[in-house]
Amino acid sequence: MNALLKFYRRDRHISRLVIMLAGWLIFMAITCFDKFFSIRNFPTIASVIPEYGLMSLGAMVCMITGGIDLSGVGIANLTSITMALFMKSLPDETGYVTPWMVPLVLLMAILCGLCAGAVNGTLISKVKIPPILATLGINQLLTGIAMVITNGPAVQNIPPVYSSMINNKLLKVVPGKRGTVSGLIPVQLLIFVAVVLLIWFLMARTSYGKKLYMIGTNENVARYSGLKVDRMLIKTYAMSGACAALGGMIMLANYSSARADYGSQYTLQCILIVVLGGVSPTGGRGKISGVMLAIVLLSLLEAGINRFPQISSYYITMIWGAVLLLVMVLNYFAENPIRKRR
Amino acid sequence: MSEYLLKAVDISKAFVGVQALDAVSLDIRPGEIHCLAGENGCGKSTLIKIISGVYQQDAGYIEFNGKRFTRITPLEAIAMGIQVIYQDFSIFPNLTVMENLAFNTELAAGRRLVNKRRMRTVAEEALSKINFDIELDRLVGSLSVAEKQMVAICRALMFDAKLIIMDEPTTALTRKEVRALFEIILKLKEQGIAILFVSHKLNEVFEISERFTIFRSGKHIVSGNTSELDDRKFSYYMTGREFDAEPFRPRYEGGECVLEVENLAIEGAFEDVSFRLCRGEILGITGLLDSGRSELALALFGLRRSTGGRILVKGKEIAMGSPRDAIEAGIGYVPEDRLSEGLFLPRSIADNIVISEIDRLTGALSVLDFRRYRQEVEDWVRALSIATPDPENACSTLSGGNQQRVVLAKWLACKPDVLVLNGPTVGVDIGSKHDIHRILQRLANEGMAVIIISDDLPEVLQNCSHLLIMKDGRIVARPDPGSTDENTVLSHML
Repeated sequence: MNALLKFYRRDRHISRLVIMLAGWLIFMAITCFDKFFSIRNFPTIASVIPEYGLMSLGAMVCMITGGIDLSGVGIANLTSITMALFMKSLPDETGYVTPWMVPLVLLMAILCGLCAGAVNGTLISKVKIPPILATLGINQLLTGIAMVITNGPAVQNIPPVYSSMINNKLLKVVPGKRGTVSGLIPVQLLIFVAVVLLIWFLMARTSYGKKLYMIGTNENVARYSGLKVDRMLIKTYAMSGACAALGGMIMLANYSSARADYGSQYTLQCILIVVLGGVSPTGGRGKISGVMLAIVLLSLLEAGINRFPQISSYYITMIWGAVLLLVMVLNYFAENPIRKRR
Repeated sequence: MSEYLLKAVDISKAFVGVQALDAVSLDIRPGEIHCLAGENGCGKSTLIKIISGVYQQDAGYIEFNGKRFTRITPLEAIAMGIQVIYQDFSIFPNLTVMENLAFNTELAAGRRLVNKRRMRTVAEEALSKINFDIELDRLVGSLSVAEKQMVAICRALMFDAKLIIMDEPTTALTRKEVRALFEIILKLKEQGIAILFVSHKLNEVFEISERFTIFRSGKHIVSGNTSELDDRKFSYYMTGREFDAEPFRPRYEGGECVLEVENLAIEGAFEDVSFRLCRGEILGITGLLDSGRSELALALFGLRRSTGGRILVKGKEIAMGSPRDAIEAGIGYVPEDRLSEGLFLPRSIADNIVISEIDRLTGALSVLDFRRYRQEVEDWVRALSIATPDPENACSTLSGGNQQRVVLAKWLACKPDVLVLNGPTVGVDIGSKHDIHRILQRLANEGMAVIIISDDLPEVLQNCSHLLIMKDGRIVARPDPGSTDENTVLSHML
């Protein structure tokens, strides 16, 4: 019991998220165990998470610097559209495309994301545009370019090898419908986990991580301490751009098509996840573990609600908003205990 | 009418676990200038907040004008004529002088519509009370600190004040401005207003006050007439320790020249500044706030780009584009304002100490070597005797003196050849000030070149081997600190 209490106190915010998550799982277990805890449900959830999970990671690092990145969706869509067009130009007369082009395309996508993010970072650090405006502007610009390129409709008929590779599920043990075999671990999830580990490592184990938190705490002091603040910001926004671009590539695989307005709800959703995960909107505070928990909590909420046929999926947005506000209110009372007034 | 305007008797106040005030008493006569002195954290501010009704005491009572109170609300305090001028003045920077002055009366009268003409009359009247001359339409945010303070004083006077409490009013003022402030205080005294002047600066206590009260760690130590107080007694009452100020005697021999500054200039700030600095020397640079001394410091550290002249470190010209360039050339800079320039307050003491040299504590792929990191932190906490149970605690848990040691540690960890300190002991208690001076002298004697930029004349005279006096952006004198006195230096500065 004491050990539990100690664990709770070590990071109350994260502990509360864990409790909410556990509570929700128990609720789902009581109400519709069979449908929710099915071996097919989780791989499905896990293949959607990386779309906005990756963007949230980018939003997180930017918010830790005290800024914000609203350009994730724009970067994701423009990248996936250009990559989709690129892949469509690949097949020869026989229609064959080598599977080796998939890692190459992913690499190019990451490069696109890095470039777009670096532009964000440059606008913010060198031209001193407030992050919210700079990234919003870039988002509009990129979305606009994407619309001009596609004229609106989705880019379809990309080589099937791309989707089948990224949208694959490994560990094929589960018998699927009509005798096909489906797997447990989606490839998207592997990509996501790899990026999570990389960012965790950067933040917790390297000097880059320390500097990131310092800049978020007080940019002026960081400058006086000889940190190269401008370069740090450019790097960080570039990293965020790369995350968003990868997120776009996963959307491309999940939908087998790319469009200028896919996932437009993700922009704000990512910010909500990051704040829900305990990152301070003024910068300098927040952990990747909290953000991961927030991502899992929200996606399980969504997946759970979808199991109730009588509740329309329109309620999901409402419930998310309520959860976010609930956590913020809980935080407020945890940090400012109600004192007896004399 | 009783003898005393205000009597605070046996006031105690505890915050979670900390006894901030322990049965302290304070009495002020009508029309007197009373100085309340004590180190940071001695409970001065807590008492002010009790008198003005912001906090409530746990025990004791307050008598004002013969009326006894066990608790005062902020509104009662204002109604009785108690006005506090806090360090930040509590004025609205985005409004004009006129709006700031007239705001309260407009609100108090319950007016919902703005009448510029009426506001102007009210504001003019307020300014005329201390003959303060300023344009009413200027934005308060664009005023100097001294002007803001005057606006705050004028506003305080509008409420028919009987007692004005000034919380460390001289912190950010230049000497000239302090002069002007003191004149105003004397004028207020003539009008029968009592002043409670909170300060920890010895010379001010002597200069302005008639009676004084000194607190130490929440306890009342002594009250009396200022005429019976002297330097030694003052430091003793404040700290409970006796100090022997030791003048700096350079002991490091054969110091090579590490820093040469030739005709350095920043347009509009200073020009034609040249000096040489060798290992083992402490160079003092003094001057009024607008003399260009701070800009010079920023230029030496790459925070402002110079528009002319050269900076040479160990004979090599350095292009100072950023603080990183300065650090790599071997220059460290302890900034003027600890809170907004020196420290990451919410972050740990450990992080604050190592942040500037953090790239030296990494292995391949800039992975932090946590063993070396902890060792480094431990070494510096010990070397500068930073008083903390755990370096993982936030910097904000430290006192001003210890915070300043953390800033020092940060720079010493970078192993600089030249250490520039801008106001090294501003807002630091006497005990820590003494320790910091000793540390600087020791560093110089171990071969570091030190620059102290300060307008604390005893500080520069006592600790420096050379002295530059700046005025209006130029060096006007280079007296020998050993054979100069404060008045000579002052006459060059003004």
